[in-house]
Amino acid sequence: MSEYVIKNGHVFDPVQGIKGDKSDVCIKDGKIVAKAGSGAKVIDAQGKTVMAGAVEVHAHIAGPKVNLGRIYRPEDKLFTCTPTRGMERMGGGNSIPTTFKTGYEYAKMGYTTAMEAAMPPLFSRHVHEEIRDTPIIDEGAFPVFGNNWFVMEYLKNHEIENTAAYCAWLLRATKGFAIKVVNPGGTEAWAWGLNCLSVNDPVPYFDITPAEIVKGLIEANEYLGLPHSMHIHPNNLGNPGNYTTTLDTLKIAEGFKAKNKFGREQVMHLTHTQFHSYGGDNWGNFESKAKEVMNYVNAHKNLTVDTGNVTLDETTTMTADGPFEHHLTELNHLKWANCDVELETCAGIVPYIYSPSISVCAIQWAIGLELALMAKDPMRCFITTDHPNAGPFTRYPRVIKWLMSAKARETQINAFKHKDKVLSQTSIGTQDREISLYELAQMTRAGPAKSLGLMNICGGLKPGMDADIAVYNFNPDTPVANPDDIEKAFTRAAVVFKSGVEVVRDGEIVSNGHKRTLWVNVKVKENPQVMRDINEKFLKYYSITQANYEALGHHFVPNPYALEVDATQA
Amino acid sequence: METVTITMKNPPALYLEADNVSPDAFAGKTASQIAELHVYEGNTTSTLGKYFDVSGNAGATAADTKIIVKGDVKKVKYLGFKMSAGEVVVEGSTDLYAGGWMTGGTMLVKGNAEAFAATGMKGGELVIEGNAGNYLGAAYRGDWRGMSGGKILVKGNCGSDLGMYMLGGEIVINGNIDVHVMTHAEGGRTIIKGNAKSKVGGQLVDGTIIIFGTLDVMMPGYKYVDDVELEVLGTKATFAHFIGDTGERHKKKKGQIIYGNLYKKI
Repeated sequence: MSEYVIKNGHVFDPVQGIKGDKSDVCIKDGKIVAKAGSGAKVIDAQGKTVMAGAVEVHAHIAGPKVNLGRIYRPEDKLFTCTPTRGMERMGGGNSIPTTFKTGYEYAKMGYTTAMEAAMPPLFSRHVHEEIRDTPIIDEGAFPVFGNNWFVMEYLKNHEIENTAAYCAWLLRATKGFAIKVVNPGGTEAWAWGLNCLSVNDPVPYFDITPAEIVKGLIEANEYLGLPHSMHIHPNNLGNPGNYTTTLDTLKIAEGFKAKNKFGREQVMHLTHTQFHSYGGDNWGNFESKAKEVMNYVNAHKNLTVDTGNVTLDETTTMTADGPFEHHLTELNHLKWANCDVELETCAGIVPYIYSPSISVCAIQWAIGLELALMAKDPMRCFITTDHPNAGPFTRYPRVIKWLMSAKARETQINAFKHKDKVLSQTSIGTQDREISLYELAQMTRAGPAKSLGLMNICGGLKPGMDADIAVYNFNPDTPVANPDDIEKAFTRAAVVFKSGVEVVRDGEIVSNGHKRTLWVNVKVKENPQVMRDINEKFLKYYSITQANYEALGHHFVPNPYALEVDATQA
Repeated sequence: METVTITMKNPPALYLEADNVSPDAFAGKTASQIAELHVYEGNTTSTLGKYFDVSGNAGATAADTKIIVKGDVKKVKYLGFKMSAGEVVVEGSTDLYAGGWMTGGTMLVKGNAEAFAATGMKGGELVIEGNAGNYLGAAYRGDWRGMSGGKILVKGNCGSDLGMYMLGGEIVINGNIDVHVMTHAEGGRTIIKGNAKSKVGGQLVDGTIIIFGTLDVMMPGYKYVDDVELEVLGTKATFAHFIGDTGERHKKKKGQIIYGNLYKKI
């Protein structure tokens, strides 16, 4: 493999504590090295910003739910198709781009790793087929556990060892990366026409509460010592006044400490926090509770969060929170798709327009930004749009602009139809913090990588780490004349390396790289009871056999990168 | 107003996507510049000049530009695409998406127009002297935003799925109409001077349908209210007034439920 030196750039690397110093970053054999040989190819980064490749902690970019969105929204592709060009295959779609466009767009923005946030275990094969067809970026997928019959039956009796053995089996069968929980218990309740809106609402038939599911899965996660923590989309998403449910959920993590060999410190990752930080009791007095939620997160080091920023676009909402999507279609009357996944989960899809003329949408926009601006530790608060739920991931540069420039926020606030309402229902007008490039590197690189247990692999520029590097046409020494220049610089990176391969040059794809699928292989003690239970469930309830369930390596995961975990001594 | 005449000289083997034939795309260009505008034949991009003789220069703006399309353009799609002003006259018949997403100006098709004419139309006027195909003034596939403004007149007959997801504007059909009229619509008005078949106003949330001729099958979701005298396009007549679709959700205004209206001439 070739050697490279990225010379004289302003380097921002929280892993090594480098805050914009001019230095060289060297690459050899796909890794970052302290020094390159004399024959190394020189990339001039004079007057440019150099960071590690960004890490996406939560997006919906592969799998049956995403694909159903593509199928049922042909209008999302209208006028957005890009023909075959150079290295690029044709692509299309705005809020739900094709797999190829997904890979290209992430890479062009300097993202080199991304996590698919909700994999229905039964359809893991589909998820992996799409991951395989998404070029360049390394990807992992989180199977959903929060409404799984096995999990609910074991946790009802607080059987942590059995839950952990089942989780380990499922991660291996589905080539999954982490334990994801979506509306714990609520999605199963939806199959009975009900929901769980608080952590104490019992799940019908299973007679277990969301709190018991969440606590049990934290315990199972730490019993196994997985790279990532339990990753939760709590109950009561999107409803006015839901911040109390969010705080109740966060409190379940109190007293738990991370136990793993990957350097992860949190035991719970709260995702798309914006959707869970609402006050008021109706849409008329809807208000921000970002402060209450973020104060709690700031004070508790065993938590990480991501924002879920609303980008004010037309988009497609999709989640395993089936009851929420039904609620949403009743609100906006747009087309609704729903699918039950036997024994495991379900999913719903509804298009949504975050209009700047609607006060609720404008308040949601403000809440997402407030969360990031109120975060005391940028290593524990990450930028997402919960793609595509709060907006397409291609809008990250715009979110970065809003976070880095108070002037840009002011311009947007003044453009809102209900400006006064935004200012009275949120604190966005009084937030004068501007996120620095170093903090940005924490929120989009080092932070999410550490939270995912990947801190030794990506998210930094320390010698020995994967050479995932993004160079931006952004000079930190020059004052920003126009905030739009920030957006422009982060939309198309000058150069991007993925595992030491130059994949983007001048904002264009120049190589499809060596894409890998990240998954977690956990060894556990033999557990005949769980194996018997799995066998029995397949015989009695599943519509497919166990032999057709597993996402087998050679076809579905052609380029695996397994993180090995030994939990046999636990 | 300046006139540009384009005449088919070299008919395409495949269907031609001519999304540049609009006063907006032509404005400010000379005949030779217009001939250089792109068209697509299958997956090949080429120029308008390969297929058409172009004569006359365009006006400075779309409003100052009139386009006359001559020759056989039965295999040409997207004529008048996204036009905002000016005039387009198609002397013969044309293929899909004539006047698609137009926002202003006038377009006249002297022959027939195939399906999806005036898809997502927002304003302006489209006149089809022959017959119109399916999905006239409808929403694009999957979309919920059909025709929202402007006027369409079809002097002949019209195909099925007229005004699907229509939001506003007016469509007049002088002839007969096929099944599915204003399905899912939330506004606008359709006047059918000839006969209608069935599935008229299915899942209609709001909007008005007026039928002068016969209606084979009334949707079960419509409820008869009373007989009313109406003057429609200069004709006075008595109509049976129905409201619906009662199986669909409806908005409320001042406590009153707003239904869609269907008038059938007695």
